[in-house]
Amino acid sequence: MTESVNTSALTPAPGTPGQSGTVVRSTVLKRLFKNPLGIVAIVILLGIALLAAFADVLAPFEENYANIAKTLASPDSVNILGTDSAGRDIWSRLLFGARLTLLSALLCAGVAVAIGLPAGLIAGYYAGRFEAVSNWVVSILMSLPGLIVLLTIRAAFGPSVWVSMIAFGVLISPAYFRLTRTAVQSVRNELYVDAARVSGLSDRSIIVRHIFSVVRAPVIIQTAAIAGVAIAIQSGLEFLGLGDPSKATWGVMLSEGFKNVYLKPELLFWPSFAMSLTIGALVLLGNAIRDAMEDGEKIKHRKKPADKAATATSGPSPTVTRASRKAVAAVESGTEHHLVKVTNLGVGYPQADGSIKKVVDDVSFHVDRGEILGIVGESGSGKSQTAFSILGLLPDTARIVGGAIQFDGDYTVAPGDDTVNQDRLSKLRGKRISYIPQEPMSNLDPAFTIGYQLVTPMVRVLGISKAEATNRAMKLLSDVGITYPDRTFKAYPHEVSGGMAQRVLIAGAISCEPDLIIADEPTTALDVTVQADVLDLIRDLQKRLGVGVILVTHNFGVVADLCDRVVVMQNGRLVEEGPVREILRNPADPYTQKLLGSMLEGKEPMTMLVAAGTEAAQ
Amino acid sequence: MITFILKRLGSGLVVLLTVSVLTFVLLYASSGSIARNILGDQATPEQLLVKEAELGLDQPLFVRYFSWLTHALRGDLGASWFSSEPVTNSLATRIPVTMTMVITAMILIAVIATLIGVAAAVKRGWVDRVVQVGAIIGDSIPGFVIGVILVTVLAIQAGLFPATSTISPGAPLNAWVMSMTLPVIALLINGVTGGAQQIRSAVIKQLERDYVRTLRSRGIGEREILFKHVLRSAAPAGLTVLSLQLIGMLGGVVILESIFALPGMGPLAVTATAQSDLPVVMGIVMYTVVVVIVVNLLVDLLNGWLNPKVRVS
Repeated sequence: MTESVNTSALTPAPGTPGQSGTVVRSTVLKRLFKNPLGIVAIVILLGIALLAAFADVLAPFEENYANIAKTLASPDSVNILGTDSAGRDIWSRLLFGARLTLLSALLCAGVAVAIGLPAGLIAGYYAGRFEAVSNWVVSILMSLPGLIVLLTIRAAFGPSVWVSMIAFGVLISPAYFRLTRTAVQSVRNELYVDAARVSGLSDRSIIVRHIFSVVRAPVIIQTAAIAGVAIAIQSGLEFLGLGDPSKATWGVMLSEGFKNVYLKPELLFWPSFAMSLTIGALVLLGNAIRDAMEDGEKIKHRKKPADKAATATSGPSPTVTRASRKAVAAVESGTEHHLVKVTNLGVGYPQADGSIKKVVDDVSFHVDRGEILGIVGESGSGKSQTAFSILGLLPDTARIVGGAIQFDGDYTVAPGDDTVNQDRLSKLRGKRISYIPQEPMSNLDPAFTIGYQLVTPMVRVLGISKAEATNRAMKLLSDVGITYPDRTFKAYPHEVSGGMAQRVLIAGAISCEPDLIIADEPTTALDVTVQADVLDLIRDLQKRLGVGVILVTHNFGVVADLCDRVVVMQNGRLVEEGPVREILRNPADPYTQKLLGSMLEGKEPMTMLVAAGTEAAQ
Repeated sequence: MITFILKRLGSGLVVLLTVSVLTFVLLYASSGSIARNILGDQATPEQLLVKEAELGLDQPLFVRYFSWLTHALRGDLGASWFSSEPVTNSLATRIPVTMTMVITAMILIAVIATLIGVAAAVKRGWVDRVVQVGAIIGDSIPGFVIGVILVTVLAIQAGLFPATSTISPGAPLNAWVMSMTLPVIALLINGVTGGAQQIRSAVIKQLERDYVRTLRSRGIGEREILFKHVLRSAAPAGLTVLSLQLIGMLGGVVILESIFALPGMGPLAVTATAQSDLPVVMGIVMYTVVVVIVVNLLVDLLNGWLNPKVRVS
C-alpha cells in the first residue's frame, strides 16, 4: 500500500548543487534546522535510536522473559506499560523491537544504496548496453508488489528478518538507481565535467567530486522514505506470523494484541504508536530536507528580480528621472483616445520576509490603434511583466504595487488596486486583447489538434457555430502563409515545425479580430530565416487589420524594422521613450546607446569571418 | 493500435516467463528438505524418498521447471502439497473476492483522490494544507495498522460491521457489502492521501505550463481550461500513480484479508508461505504478475488515448 516510493519529486534540478557541494550542503542543513518539523523529526528519530541502542540497559526484562503468573496486566511500577498474554513486559519488548526494526530498516536501505547507487552511476555515466539491461531489470523489479515477493522469499528461505530485508533492499534499489542515473545524466553533459576531463582528471574523480554532491540530498530523502516503507512491510510480515517467532518486534506485538483484542485492546496501542511515530518522523524528515532544497532553489530563482529591484531602488540616476517625466507627460496629453494607457505601473512579488521585490517600477506609456509600440530591454528588464500586466496574466503571486492600466478608457487596473481586475479582463482577453507568445511549441496544448485550438476560442468568444469557425480557421491559416491549411488543421502540435506553430499562434491571436495584440518576443525562439517571415507577417496583418500592437523584444533590429514608437526598459524602469526614428538617430540614454551599439546591423565588418557571419545571421 | 497491443502483450509474456523462471529457481533450489517439511519429523528415510519421487523432486531443476511450464500452459498449476486441492481451483474461488475489493477501492481512490488533488491544486489555501498534512499522516500509518484500528473500533467496539467476514460464494449481496466496507476503507485511506498529493503536484505542474497562459489569453474560461486541458495533460501522471498504488495494493490486501478473515488470496498466501506449499506460492506469484501486466497494459492504452504523441509512435 505504501510501497510505491515517489521518485518524481526527488530528481535534482540540473545544476542546482554540484558547483560547490559543501556550500550547498551546509545551507540545506542550516535551513533544515530552521524548520521546526525537521527538528522534531530529528529529535524523535534520535530518541528512538538511543532507546534502541541502549535497550539492554534500559529494558527491565529480557525480550522473551515471561511471567506466567502475571498475564495481560495493566501498567504498574514493575511493568510500566503492562504485560502481554504470556506475561512478557511490554516496555522491554518495545525497546528490543525498536532495535530490530531500526536495524532491519538500515539493512534494507543499505542494500538498496549499495546496489542502486553504483548501478545508477554506471548506467548514467557510461550509458550503452549496461543501461539498457539495468532498465529491463528495473522494470521487472518494479512490476512486483513487495509483499508478494517477500512472501515468496519467506517460503524459500524460512523466517528471517535479515533475509527478507536484504531481499526488500534489492527489490527497492531501483529507487536509487533511477535517482542516480537521472542526476548523473543531467550532470554528465555539463561543461564543468568536460572541463574536468580536459584538465586530465580521471573518470573516477569526476564522479566522486561532482556527481556525489548532486545526488547526496536526494539520496537522504529517498533513504528516509525507504526506511519507512521497510519498517511498514517488515512489521506487516511479522504481523502475519511469518517473522521469526523468537524475536520481539512491533509487528509481532501488534499481532499478539490483535489476538487478544476482545480481552485487552489496549495492547494494540503501543506497537501501532511506535510504528507510526517512527515512520512519521522519517516522512517528516524527508519532507523537511526536500523543502530545504526547494527553498534553496526558490531563493536562487528570486535572486534575479531581487537584484533588479535593488538596483532599481538604489537611487534613480538623473537620466532615468528625466525620461520617466517625459513619458508621463507624453501619456497625459490627450488621454481618452489611447487604446492602452499605462500610468506609473509598478509590479512586485512578495518575499518570504514580508518585503516586496519590485520588478516593474513607475512605468508609463500608451499605445494607439494602428500603432506598433516596441518595448525593448534585456532579459529581466521587466518588459514581459509589463506586457502580462496588460493581459492580466501575471503569475498568481504577483502584486500590482502602484499605478493604473486603462484599456480603451476603462480601468483594468484601477489606481490603488493590488491585482488586475480579472472580471473586466476576462471579457477583453481573446476578444479585444490577444497574445502571441515567445516559444511556439510549448504554447500549444499537445493533446489537441491545431484545428481544435483555433476553432474553440472563436466558438466561445464570438459565439459562432463550429462549422463557421472551421471555415474561418482555414482562411486564417492560409492568411498566415500556411500552404496546406487543411493538413495543418488536422495536425497535432508535435507534427508541425516551430515556424509553422508560430504562424498558427499568430492566426489564433488575430482570429477574434482584436484591437490590441501583445507579442512577447515572437521571433526569439525561431530560426533566423523564419524570423524575417514572421515579422513580415505581423507587419502585413497589422496594416491590414489596423490593430494596435505591443511588441516586446530585446532586439533593436526588430524594433527598427517594425515599430512606430519604442519604450526602452532597464531594471524594471522606463529609460527612454519616443518615435523609433528619433531614438535610433539620437539615443539620449547611455543604456539605449549601449543596446543600439550591440546590434550587428550597420556595423563595420572587422574581418571577413565576421562579415560572413553577419550575412548568415540576416 | 493492434501492433501496439501485441507488442505490449509480447513484452508482458517475456516478463511473465522471466519471473516464473526466477521464482521457480528461488523456491525449489533453496527450500531444504521439502519432503520432511510435509511429512513431519517422524517420517522414515524411505517415506521421504517415496514422497520426493511422488513430487518429482528427484529430477533436475530445469526438468521440473519445464514440466511445470508445460502443465501451466494447459492451465494446470499443480496441486497443494497439503490439501491436494488444485491450485487453479483455489485461485478461481479466491480471486473474485480479492479483485472485487481491489477494484472497488481503486475506483473510489481514483475519484476521491482526483477531486481532492485538483481542489488542492486550484484552490490552494486550507484545502492544500489539509492534503499535505493528510499525505504525511497517511504515509506514517501502515495500511494494516489502519485495518486493525478500524476493526477494533468500528467492528468490535461499536459493532457496526462484522469483525470477521460472513461471505462465501453464495452469500447475499448485503453480506458482501458489510464484510468488505472496512477493508476497502483501510485500502482507501492510504490510497487517497498519497494519490491526492501526487495528483495535486501533477495538476500544479500543468497549470504552470505556457499553453495554459495562452489558452487564457484566447478567452477560454478557467473551468474549461482545467477540465478539458489541464486534467487531460495531468492524467498520465495520475494514471501512473494509481497503477503503482494498485500494484502495491495486491500486497497490502493480503494482510487486510487476514485481519478481516476474508476468503480471498490473502489467507491462502499466508498459509502457503508458512507451510512452504510451493505450488500454491508459485500460482500466487503468477496471478500477481498477470494482474500487474494487465494493469500496465490498460495504463498504456489509456495514455495512448490521452496523448496523441504516444499514439503515433
